[in-house]
Amino acid sequence: MTDLVLAWLTDPAHWTGQDGIIQHTLEHLGYSAISLLIAAAVAIPAGLVIGHTGRGRFLVVNLAGAARAMPSLGLLFIMVLVLGPRLSGDAAFLWPNLIVLIVLAIPPLLSGAYAGVEGVDPAARDAARGMGMSGSQVLLRVEVPCALPLLFSGLRSATLQVIATATIAAVAGLQGLGRFLIDGLAVHDFPQMVSGAVLIAVLALLADLVLALVQRYAVSPGVSGRRLRERVRRRGPDTLAEGLQVR
Amino acid sequence: MTWFADHVGEVLGLTAQHVYLAGLPLLIGLLIALPLGWLARRYRVLYAPFTVGTGLLYTIPSLALFILMPFIFGTRILDPVNVLIAMTIYTVALLVRTVADALGAVPDHVVQAARAMGYRRVKRFFAVELPLAVPVISAGLRVAAVSNVSIVSVAAIIGVPQLGLLFTDGFQRTFYDPIIVGIVACTVLALVFDLVILLATRLLTPWQRAAGGRA
Repeated sequence: MTDLVLAWLTDPAHWTGQDGIIQHTLEHLGYSAISLLIAAAVAIPAGLVIGHTGRGRFLVVNLAGAARAMPSLGLLFIMVLVLGPRLSGDAAFLWPNLIVLIVLAIPPLLSGAYAGVEGVDPAARDAARGMGMSGSQVLLRVEVPCALPLLFSGLRSATLQVIATATIAAVAGLQGLGRFLIDGLAVHDFPQMVSGAVLIAVLALLADLVLALVQRYAVSPGVSGRRLRERVRRRGPDTLAEGLQVR
Repeated sequence: MTWFADHVGEVLGLTAQHVYLAGLPLLIGLLIALPLGWLARRYRVLYAPFTVGTGLLYTIPSLALFILMPFIFGTRILDPVNVLIAMTIYTVALLVRTVADALGAVPDHVVQAARAMGYRRVKRFFAVELPLAVPVISAGLRVAAVSNVSIVSVAAIIGVPQLGLLFTDGFQRTFYDPIIVGIVACTVLALVFDLVILLATRLLTPWQRAAGGRA
């Protein structure tokens, strides 16, 4: 079986063309990126404002729980059946699926942004206010940088959710890497299915890895505790006590 | 909704399958995650590899994992066992970190007191540390339960019978009723799983109520 899968993956004919690995990978990444961008444009500002003002907390908590219970397959099918006939050509399959991807990406992004701002040390917030910052300055210069770790964890789970759902959406007519699984299943081509599954798993792992790296460089070392750890490594454990006192 | 009235028996049968496919992995996953979480807590070196490793497993999309199972474990293709194994992997992936962190959150003075009272390591774990870790573990288990119920429905694509079959059936016939019944049934089932775990947690942690709130 392993050599059949390897043979499938190393066959140059499977990499190029309309139904090739490269084309489907680009489609998969494209759908995921578009959905995440739209979802983020809605959810992140909303989450930040809810965390900052404390209003609408109830909504965020329940939305996140309800979204987890939603069966994505059922949502995809309903959306394609309802919206598909109203659209023409490729759009009939594209947009209904993308809408579900966007809807499923919103709750993790929203709760990440909300929980991040909500969890900011009140002392930091008070200090910012004491320095004369206005409400929006406190939010943008203090709360957002401090909220980045949780914001990123929301973004990472939204990304995984979108990549996984885009795979399933191949049943509902979407292109992307899920095609290898669904088309392979239709003709009982098991090597193709396993190859597709391997490619999707690799894509998901790489996407998470890239976001983890971005997070490492985007989050201020003062927030992540990285600077403190580095200093401890260079100068010995005494710095730790000193650093903690400063904090 | 006459469709539902005519197909109650069928829906109940699929629900039973769904409970089996989502519930059993939850129990097995918890049983596997407890010792792994304990090890990750007990031996500091293991914490990072265990939590990162299981975290990586969780990133693999469900449909891909279902299809990789026969390839890795040599099970039959399209066998329900693949779904059981995959769901167990997800449960373990979610719970190892939770168990390790829950055990880590047990107050040190309580552990010291138990040791002073003569509790040895094994007894201390089962009589003191594990019960005190129940609320946090239960929170993780609730997340796993709800997402398991939702993920299992994806297995309809590879023809494993459970509530997800209502989705594929409705889609093939361009017929809304089964899909809507399926979505409602899945959501209600997730809620029931959640309530059962909440109830079990209440029964296992009577001191939380005796103290009139959080201990």
